[in-house]
This record gives sequence, C-alpha cells and structure tokens, in this order.
Amino acid sequence: MKDFATLFTTIDQTTKTTAKTKALANFFTQASDDDKLWTIALFSGRRPKRAVTTTQLREWAAEQGDIPLWLLEESYPVVGDLAETIALVLPPPSRQSDLPLTHWITELKSLVTADIETRKARILDAWDQLEATERFLFNKLITGGFRIGVSRKLMTRALAQATGQEEASLAHRLMGGWTPETTSFHHLIEAEDSVADESRPYPFYLAYQLDDPPDGLGDPEDWLAEWKWDGIRGQVILRGGTHHVWSRGEELMTDRFPEFGRLPDFLPNGTVLDGEIVAWDGDQPYPFNTLQARIGRKTVPKKLLKEAPVILLSYDLLEENGQDLRHQPLNHRRARMNAILQELPRDAPIRVAPALPFDTWDRLADIRVTARDHRAEGLMLKRKDSPYLSGRKKGDWWKWKLDPLTVDAVMIYAQQGHGRRANLFTDFTFAVWNGNDLVPFTKAYSGLTDEEFRQITAWVRKNTQQRFGPVRQVTPHHVFEIAFEGIHASPRHKSGIALRFPRMSRWRHDKPLQEANTLDDLKEMLETYG
Amino acid sequence: MFCGMANDVLTFTDRGIYCAAGDFFIDPWRPVDRALITHGHADHARPGHRRYLCTDACAPVMQHRLGDISVETVKFGEFRRIGDASVSFHPAGHLPGSAQIRVEVAGEVWVVSGDYKVVPDGLSETFEPVRCHSFITECTFGLPVFKWADQGDVALQLNDWWAANAAAGRCSILGAYSLGKAQRLMRMLNPDVGPILTHGAVEATNAVLRGQGYALPDTVQVTPDLDTKDYPGALVIAPPSAVGSKWAHRFGTSSTGFASGWMQLRGVRRRRAADRGFVVSDHADWPGLMHAIESTGAEKIYATHGYTDIFARWLNSQGYNAKVVPTEFGGNDDEVDAA
Repeated sequence: MKDFATLFTTIDQTTKTTAKTKALANFFTQASDDDKLWTIALFSGRRPKRAVTTTQLREWAAEQGDIPLWLLEESYPVVGDLAETIALVLPPPSRQSDLPLTHWITELKSLVTADIETRKARILDAWDQLEATERFLFNKLITGGFRIGVSRKLMTRALAQATGQEEASLAHRLMGGWTPETTSFHHLIEAEDSVADESRPYPFYLAYQLDDPPDGLGDPEDWLAEWKWDGIRGQVILRGGTHHVWSRGEELMTDRFPEFGRLPDFLPNGTVLDGEIVAWDGDQPYPFNTLQARIGRKTVPKKLLKEAPVILLSYDLLEENGQDLRHQPLNHRRARMNAILQELPRDAPIRVAPALPFDTWDRLADIRVTARDHRAEGLMLKRKDSPYLSGRKKGDWWKWKLDPLTVDAVMIYAQQGHGRRANLFTDFTFAVWNGNDLVPFTKAYSGLTDEEFRQITAWVRKNTQQRFGPVRQVTPHHVFEIAFEGIHASPRHKSGIALRFPRMSRWRHDKPLQEANTLDDLKEMLETYG
Repeated sequence: MFCGMANDVLTFTDRGIYCAAGDFFIDPWRPVDRALITHGHADHARPGHRRYLCTDACAPVMQHRLGDISVETVKFGEFRRIGDASVSFHPAGHLPGSAQIRVEVAGEVWVVSGDYKVVPDGLSETFEPVRCHSFITECTFGLPVFKWADQGDVALQLNDWWAANAAAGRCSILGAYSLGKAQRLMRMLNPDVGPILTHGAVEATNAVLRGQGYALPDTVQVTPDLDTKDYPGALVIAPPSAVGSKWAHRFGTSSTGFASGWMQLRGVRRRRAADRGFVVSDHADWPGLMHAIESTGAEKIYATHGYTDIFARWLNSQGYNAKVVPTEFGGNDDEVDAA
C-alpha cells in the first residue's frame, strides 16, 4: 500500500493537474495489474462492498484512541472527514508492513461474511500496521466516496499516457457495468475491443453553460436549438435483442423504467439513442418532482406507472445498425434519428425532441423566455456540423439556461461543511416571513466565496442561540438572495413548497431583516411557475 | 458573560481578564488603565492602554508594533507587587518573550497561560509549568485529532521540499505569521540548501529579535529593486496574505507552502490551495495541553480560545472542575495564519 499512499500524497500535495496526471501515469506504468485495475475502479466511483458500518468504525477507533465516543463525534465536524478523523485519533502503529492495495481490498471483501469479533480484530490489526496516510486511505476504502482530487477525466488521461492509447477510446472502454471482480486489467484496457460488453454505453457529451449572449457564436444558420429539458439525461441501448437504459451518472436504470421494455419491438438491434428521460403527461413533461418519485423506486408500483409514465425525448443517434455514428455531423445523426423514430406509433415511449426553428439570435432569445411554459429550463444550442464528443467540451454544444428565480430569505440555522469546507459554516437553512414568524423553506450550501464563508462562520460562532447536535440556531439577522430553478408544492415541508437547485446568489448586506420575502410571495411564485 | 465569585483572584469582564486586588487587566481587548501582556501578537497586545507591563523579552516587539506606548518590564520569574496582588511572568514557549502570568492574592494562586506550547522549539524560552489553584488555559487545538510530529521530522520535510524545488529551478514560498512562526521556521531551515529571502514584515521582526540577541540565520529582505534571478533556489518567507498575491508574482515559477497546526487537517490544507502544508504550531497539541494542565496541579480550569465547550466537557469528565471563558476573539478560522 506504500506505493498507493505515495501516489495519494503526491496528488494531494499539488494543485496542478499536469503534476497529478503525471503521478498517476507513473503509477500506472509501475503497479501490478490488480492494483491498476482497482485504482481505475476507485477513481471511477466503484468500491468494495462495505465490510463494517461506520458506527462500528467509530466505536473501535475511540476505544483504540482511548477517548470517549462523544469526543470523536465532536472532532469529526472539525476535521470534516470520518476516515481522516479516525486515522488521526488512533495511536501510532506498532509495526510496519507493505502489502499491496489489492491485498487490503481483498481483506475487506473477506470481512463482509465474517462475524463481528473477527471483523473487529482484523480491522484493528490493519490499523496497527499502517502509517497515517495508509490508514486514512484504508478507512476511505471502507467509508466509501473515494474522492481525493482525481476526476475520472484526469484518471483516463493518465491511463492514456501510460498505455499509449487514445483518451476517447479509453473513456469508452471504462463505461458501463464492469467491476474489478468481473474483469481484469488486460481485458478492460489492453485486449482487442471486439467482443465489447453489449450493455456498454458511450461516454456522454456534455455542454458548457453559455454566459454571454449567443451573438458571439456566429451565423444562426449553423446552429440547432432545442429545449433544455428538466429530466434525467439518459442513453437507451438496443443490442443483442434486449435493451439497456443508462443515466449520465452511469447508473444502469433499465429496471426503473419498464416503459422502455417495449422498445425492442419498435427499434432494430444496434441502435443507441441519447436523450432526456421525463415524466410525460401526453403533451409535455410533468414537473421534475413527478419524475423524482420514479427515480427512487427500483420496482415501480402499477399506480405510479400510470400516474407518472416516462418517455425518452430523444435528441441524438449514436449508433445505427451497430455502427458508431459519433464522428458524423449532428445534422446527419439527427436526420437518421428522425428517419428511425418517425415510424414509431404515437404511444411508443419515445419521441423526437423537437428542433426549434429560428432565424436570428433575437428571435431565439424570445423563444428562450417562454421556456418555463414548455416545462424547460432554457435552451440547448448545438452546432449542426458537430461530432459527438466525450465529456464536457467547449465550443460546439452550449446550454443557455433561463435566469433563475430568486427570493430574499433569512438565515436561521447553520451547520459546518465537510472536506475542504470542514470547520467552516457552509450549510444553511433559510426562512421567509409568515406574519411575525419565520418559516424555514429551504437549505442552501453554495454560492458564497471562501472569504464570505469565513465571515459568516465568525459571525455564527458569536451569534449561536442554541445547539442541536451539529446544527446551530442563529440570531435571525442576515438576508441572502436565494436563486433556484423551479418551485413545486411539497406536503413534506412545513412551508408546503420545495425548490429545485437552491443556492445563495447574493449576501444582501443592504437588506434589513424585515424586508425579506414572505410565504405569500412564495405561494404566488408557486402559482405562476409551479 | 459569567463573572467569578467575589473572592476570585481573577474575573472575566467585557474588557478582558481582571484582577480586582491589583486593579489590572491581562491581555484586555478594550482600553484600560493598566494592562499586563502575555505576548506581542495582535489579539493579546492591543493598542490604547495607559500602562503596559510585560517581560523585557517581549517589550521590544510590542513597542515595534504598537509604537509610542508606556511600557514597564520585568524579568521572567521576577515578583512584582501590584496593589494586594503579587504577579510574575513565566515562559510560555509560544514565541520569543511570551509568558504565562501568575497572580497570587492572599495565598490563592491563578495562572493565565496566554498562548503556549510545551515542547522546545530551539528559539523561544521553553514552557515552564507553574503550580497554581486555578489555570486559565488556551485550547486552540483542544481536540484529540491534533498531535504534532517531532519538530526534527517536520524540518526534514521542509528542507526536502525546499531542496526539490531548488533542484527543479523553482522558488519556494513559505507562508507564516511574521512574529514567532517565521523565525522559528528559519531556525528549522538548512541554510546549505540556498538563500533565505524575507518579506518586509518578517524582516522587520527579525531585526527586532536579532537586536535582542536571538540568533537567526542570514536573510535577505525582498525590496522592489531586488532581482530574484540573483537568488536561484531561494526560499521566501512571507505573511500568509502575501503568498499568492501580486507581491509573490516576481518569483515566477514557485511552489507554495504554509506552516500551521491547522495543516494537520486535509480540508484546511486544501482550502488554502497551497502545494504543501507543514504541521508546525506555536500552540500545544492535545497531549501537550493535557500535560500542561496536569503539571499545574490546578483543580479549577478555565478554557478559552478554541473548542472551549468540548474541551471543558472532557476536563470535567477527567475529574477537573472546568469552565468555559467567553471571549470576544474571532472564530478559529481567523487564527489559521497564526496558529
């Protein structure tokens, strides 16, 4: 594990992407195949099955560190990471070892079926032979969420450097449902890629946000505009007589959306479509919270299936007759897609996402402001001759979102953040007026600068009225402008409303407490935009 | 705000720690007639008091920072009678000249720790435990996650980093508080690696401390006409605010580091967006705090500066009678630079 710890330390000690990539590429040229495979797995969001609960880890660590559990619990929000907190409170190891990363993962996997005494003994034994950084990484393997400043893109690039393969084709190889248990480094990375896993999706092409007016994009003739739908980005694959549905987060969602089970009846093998999965009322999408009810369910009750049926609003064709079309220009791909989809019956769970006709940028701006009427978040702009690239790339695809809705709200609770925001108050609850009462209606975590978070943290420490565990009730004083993308009714919330993507857009130093918005203002917004 | 019992030697007021028997304050944060000062950092030695009393080792820096003030000095360990109180100053090991203040009234002894660390740093007068009945202790790092490595090990890390940068033709920029931390780091550096350059704020403090006889390695102040090319492989020591500022651009390709106890935490380290964080603190770590408290023999402990609620709860569970002292000082994060 020492080589993996050295890799981590090198990556952690630099803010420069090139240096991180180099360190990782270096690791990929030296480590064993098993360690390489697990490293790829960890940095693409895969991890071993959880062997022990975090509650058990906390108890054992406190016991080993000779401190009461409450003291470990109080230290955790200051450190902001449980794996790190545990590594720090443990006494120094009594011996050294240098077993490889794969050994420790295998050890953790073997504990899944072990009895509790064995688990404890083996974890303590591991802690006792790992130094601080190795311990932290070992704990991270257990607590999950292996985020240590290496994006999947960076990892893919490093792998490309180490193997001499093309980054885009590696990105494609790394997609899909593989795990280190079902493949090998050789099979995943090196072997001839002819017998590819039939469920494997293509890497999604992602758009950047358009911040300036589109005039700078040149001739409107060269561009295609579509609504930016508020659903889940999805890829629908028809291969080998069956179908697969992937989310952008690379989660296989086939079983959650049984509607698509009919697709093999309509569409030929070797078809891959990219589009937006939305709940559909027959004419237009339902608001996002209707779809949300579906996302959480692995099996869907009949009633829900009827109330919130989903369809794919398809906007791209990535594969036709088993041929990869991604290098073809968009207008060609779209023409092929239209040809395939126009044959479909009216009740098929798939439709073409319409292209919006426009001749000038001004005309398109007029269309954009009506997006909410179409249950859209804004527009997508795509260059007609663009290939389908992989990942987030600037230039050919843009999202041109509506300006968010805003409301001025009062901060009433604060909580400390995690990770690099540890020890800072960054998670806040906001309220609006209902008569003389402040009614909480949303939380928000982002939008302020580090400096603003520092200021508000100092203020929270001095203005805490009450503590409820990690949550502090503060004196109502500060007003923030909260920006959000949508508003809908929610019986689960005290205020009766819920917001989509709320964040702090401005600290209203200029606004007195009394002038914050009211619950009636929110209800009015719900009427208009809900 | 809680105030003490009528017969307490020291009480906690909205101006700071007060001794009624001697009518003086210790490290007050609002102007008072007579202030006893533990050390020269800005949150302890504030401007505007009529009379100051501190150690002779602390006075030059304080005068350098606060200008024309009326200062009386005492030596470490020397007793001074003020009203009905007897006071003395004892090394706190926080930085050169820093003291704990012992106050005795009618046989009852209280000690105000100021800021302190218990391990020798090779520059400051080493912390001296003082027996007392009541101990007012800072607890900036009063959580069991804070345990400092041996200074020698950190010095190796620091010099390795510097040497690697020098070999790669990069300048090393180290952010550290200009009084105390900066000089301690200079003593940890190996001057064979390359030249040590300093920001004006650091060099001004160096001059004061050298004048007092504290031994520091040779340094060159960065002035507007200094050509950085004349100092290949240099290490620059600057206040944290200067690192990453326009001032630092002149050094071209560089690697940045910060030295503070907070660098123990990965989250804080990443927030700093420096290449390296070195865990070097002028405050006691968790074992250090426990050791110091035990050595005083005190039964009553007053916790200030830091995670006071948690720290007091821990002490109470260990059989002490511990209370929290509210202070007006800023949140913990304000102290990241200094700690």
